[in-house]
Amino acid sequence: MIRVATACLMFAQPVLADEIWVTNEKDNTVSVISTETLEVVQTYETGERPRGITFSRDFSRAYICASDSNAVQVMDPATGKILHDLPSGADPEQFVLHPDDRHLYIANEDDAITTVVDTETRKVVAQIDVGIEPEGMAVSPDGRIAITTSETTNMAHWIDTETQQLFANTLVDSRPRHAEFVKDGAELWVSSEIGGTITVFDTETQAEKAKFGFEVQGVHPDRVQPVGFEFAEGDTHAFVALGPSNHVAVVNADTYEVEDYILVGRRVWHMAFNRDRTQLFTTNGVSGDVTVIDVAARKAVKSIKVGRFPWGAAFRPTE
Amino acid sequence: MKRNSLHRLLSTCAAMLWASFATAEVTLNIGYLAVEQPRAAVLSNLDPIPDDDGLAGARTALQDNLVTGRFLGHGYEMTEAVVPEGDDPLATAKALLAATRFLVVDAPAEVLVQIADLPEAQGAMIFNTSSGDVALRDNACRANLFHTSPSDAMRTDALAQVLVQKRWTDLVMIAGTRPQDQAYASALRHSLTKFGLRLSAEKEWAFDADMRRSAAQEIPLFTQELGDYDALIVADELHDFGRYVLYNTWQARPVVGSEGLSAVGWSPVIEQWGAAQLQSRFEEMHGREMTSQDYAAWAALRTLGEAVTRTNASDPQTLRSYILSDEFELAGFKGRPLTFRDWNGQMRQPIAIAHPRALVAQAPLEGFLHQNNELDSLGLDRPESKCEAFE
Repeated sequence: MIRVATACLMFAQPVLADEIWVTNEKDNTVSVISTETLEVVQTYETGERPRGITFSRDFSRAYICASDSNAVQVMDPATGKILHDLPSGADPEQFVLHPDDRHLYIANEDDAITTVVDTETRKVVAQIDVGIEPEGMAVSPDGRIAITTSETTNMAHWIDTETQQLFANTLVDSRPRHAEFVKDGAELWVSSEIGGTITVFDTETQAEKAKFGFEVQGVHPDRVQPVGFEFAEGDTHAFVALGPSNHVAVVNADTYEVEDYILVGRRVWHMAFNRDRTQLFTTNGVSGDVTVIDVAARKAVKSIKVGRFPWGAAFRPTE
Repeated sequence: MKRNSLHRLLSTCAAMLWASFATAEVTLNIGYLAVEQPRAAVLSNLDPIPDDDGLAGARTALQDNLVTGRFLGHGYEMTEAVVPEGDDPLATAKALLAATRFLVVDAPAEVLVQIADLPEAQGAMIFNTSSGDVALRDNACRANLFHTSPSDAMRTDALAQVLVQKRWTDLVMIAGTRPQDQAYASALRHSLTKFGLRLSAEKEWAFDADMRRSAAQEIPLFTQELGDYDALIVADELHDFGRYVLYNTWQARPVVGSEGLSAVGWSPVIEQWGAAQLQSRFEEMHGREMTSQDYAAWAALRTLGEAVTRTNASDPQTLRSYILSDEFELAGFKGRPLTFRDWNGQMRQPIAIAHPRALVAQAPLEGFLHQNNELDSLGLDRPESKCEAFE
């Protein structure tokens, strides 16, 4: 009875709860999860093979990499309607929105190129040659540096956003998948899926500052594959998705020591926090679900079935 | 007039494709040698056999290496040579070895050993990308011979793991009479023993022109004598008669081995682990699907590229010891790092068990454990291999 009542209430006021948006790579949809009820409240259709997802600063636009449609789609998150496509270059996989809220830096996986698109004029501003299979994308908080990681070249490519030119290329372990600037941009973290490590760079000098790995009990090290990661409030801890080991690691961001491993769904890749970062939502590709982690307790509390092969995740407040 | 094999020595692929970047401080020249073999007659001509089988994979990897190298001041060149049927492969190998210490070779096992034993090849690194011959990883191994192609034993061990997991334990086999078929059948018998399985019946496919009906019509009667079983293994490595066995057996049972469910180094149906990217990159470049031999050649060039990237060196001693060390790992779109066995030069790799439409499993399968590396449950493990050249 209670559940029915909740459902009716939700139906009456569908916009009150915040949302986590998840792209389903092999369903050509996004699933919208309510952070309140922890249920899928909407499923919207997208182009083919949706992967990276992010929102404009005011959350009035969702940007979705529709890789096999060779486009970044712009969706109205209130209605789920595709407003228009942006020229993205071929096979966009991941992207990052510049702090100017206007320029998207897009990794074109098949073409070894990073494309910069102006979301207002809908024009390509620059294309930058990077390594083979660019994937991870990051931009520094001050907007001056953009990063592309290339999976087969095994590098982080440092792009000066003023000139749109590379100014440094730094090697990491095999198959870098994800990059993030942390601690107000003082550090750059890059995960290496096959190498099984995260490399920490000093942003100022682009020098390697630290590198650490993971050990999940009962799982062969080859299968412990760090991919996506996100930082808790104040950048004190990183939550790192470890792919086919089906665990998320909790890393102390100051000592670079792993403090905990949390069992989640199968083949965990990306994740997003809720508004106050008390909950973490992970995309589990093989089990086709999203695990909700209680951040304080460091425990999985629920799994939510979404579409086939959930890939990216992004938070959207609704009030 | 006998053609001079050297006239087909083609020099290609300039390292300076990316002239806009720093001039190369370290340049690696790699020789690609293909020794053409007479093609055995088979019952069906349906399968196109690409002329650039293997070579296309090497060219894709060269491109991958060049893109990476331009950021580091590393250059790569590849000299391609094809030895026509009947010509002397050793003359061409010597010519290549005069120019480079790194050879990627598509040749039968006996030719590989002859090349590796050339005085000119001492201290060089030769990559076998075509032969699954188990002896090359065993007592016929050579210190300068590496294998990116999986051994027959790795493939048959992978298949045996699937048979165990599916509990298809009552097995029968039909083997062709050609040496490749016999080698595969022998590796398979060894794998079945290794994993506690057994053959309850075995037959040889030795039909010649006396066969008065099509193979498809012949198979039901031929397989009737095998009695009942869980799965039928076909050893037909040249793909002569095997395709007619499927759906024509007396008993309604699955067909595995060279046909049906096959254990292979690579397959166009692999899309996980980022493989879709390699497949599409390859197809765009060559207009066809990537074969196991293409993959082995790709892995050989990428192994060298990865070693140059990490060591900033191009001499065979440095690269050889790096490739054999724990430091080395290659991301090869198979979900695990690829490394080399330091007892026989074989590249460790997961093996795909696939049918033409989908991947069914990837060995090592869950539950097949190993004290060091589960990948060593496939093929000759350290205690099994009689190779001493790497000690």
